[in-house]
Amino acid sequence: MNYIGILITYIFISNFILTQFLGLCPFIGVSKNTESAMGMGFAVTFVMAIASVVTWLIYSYILVPLGLVYLQTIAFILVIASLVQLVEMVIHKISPPLYRALGIFLPLITTNCAVLGIALLNITESHTVLESFVGGVAAGLGFLLAIVLMSNIREHLELKQVPKPFQGVPVAFISGGLMALAFMAFDRGLLTNLLG
Amino acid sequence: MNKEFTKGILRDNPIFVLLLGLCPALGVSSMVVNALGMSAGVLFVMLGSNIFVSLLKNFIPAKARIPSYIVIIASFVTIVQMVMEAFAPALFSSLGVFVPLIVVNCIILGRAEAFASKNTLKDSVLDALGMSIGFALGLTLIALVREVLGSGTITLFAMGSFDGVINIPLISQAPMRVFSLSAGALLVMGLLKAFFNWYSAQKRGQA
Repeated sequence: MNYIGILITYIFISNFILTQFLGLCPFIGVSKNTESAMGMGFAVTFVMAIASVVTWLIYSYILVPLGLVYLQTIAFILVIASLVQLVEMVIHKISPPLYRALGIFLPLITTNCAVLGIALLNITESHTVLESFVGGVAAGLGFLLAIVLMSNIREHLELKQVPKPFQGVPVAFISGGLMALAFMAFDRGLLTNLLG
Repeated sequence: MNKEFTKGILRDNPIFVLLLGLCPALGVSSMVVNALGMSAGVLFVMLGSNIFVSLLKNFIPAKARIPSYIVIIASFVTIVQMVMEAFAPALFSSLGVFVPLIVVNCIILGRAEAFASKNTLKDSVLDALGMSIGFALGLTLIALVREVLGSGTITLFAMGSFDGVINIPLISQAPMRVFSLSAGALLVMGLLKAFFNWYSAQKRGQA
């Protein structure tokens, strides 16, 4: 699959949140206002792009040659956890404004299934290292798109009369469901029409 | 009945009350059999990690506790992956990426951190059992609604002459496909959560 195909697939066709439910916890938890949704979305995209490449390298150059493929899950989650810490320290050092924008979201990303999800998917789809990078960026952008749209919806819902039992989380889920329905318009046909 | 055991089933139900562990929960809830398989995996991992965390609570330094818990959890997940691949390959392939993703299921890390690291072995075992039964009930309920409405069937494990699929007349001729799609999972989850909110508000009103 070419790079544009990967981008379109992970952003629209199999959007991580809306079709695969990866990263649902922050999607519901951090989508109350647009600003923090943006912050979370960019932080996730950033970590996913780096994590995709690093886990790919570790899988191909350490786990496979040593015959330790069964340690994949343990290795990946440790790599992601330490990577998140590292990214946090590096950003803190180089760019305090960026750290102020993304800082509080970074620790939350360790247990975001989307990051481990893309690392594992890159392996099962047998992507090359560059395809893994594009996959990571695309999945992150898909996450960003969904969480920002969701935060806009929720900001509008604040002003509306929502029946009591539906207030808060339930209405967020239902809006998410309706959004997923809308995203169904993007299917494999889109890819063949665009790229032939 | 012990309260550490029963609290996870209804009062602190992981899915509908604590809202933890949703990502893998919704992903596998399109068929009842997948929900049951996932629940069994979560039960095993949560039991194992709660036992180990509770036993090791005095040896794990406070600063390194989260990575230590993650390693413990990931080891049990790897065991589940291997066992499931060997003995239930069909289930393993239909759960797909969600089996390794049990690692980042927040409910497991959540219980290790919030409960097992502070309580005795016995209470931690009861807590793990209660929480995973609560998780299983929540997940199976979502899967039941989605599968019955979305494809008009209930898929269980195949045994002997029974192929594992129960067909529900009427619905199976004209199922509401949307429920078996991803949008259906989010809608069902929202409606069920609203129902539980309404129910607990009613109960509080009476008490």
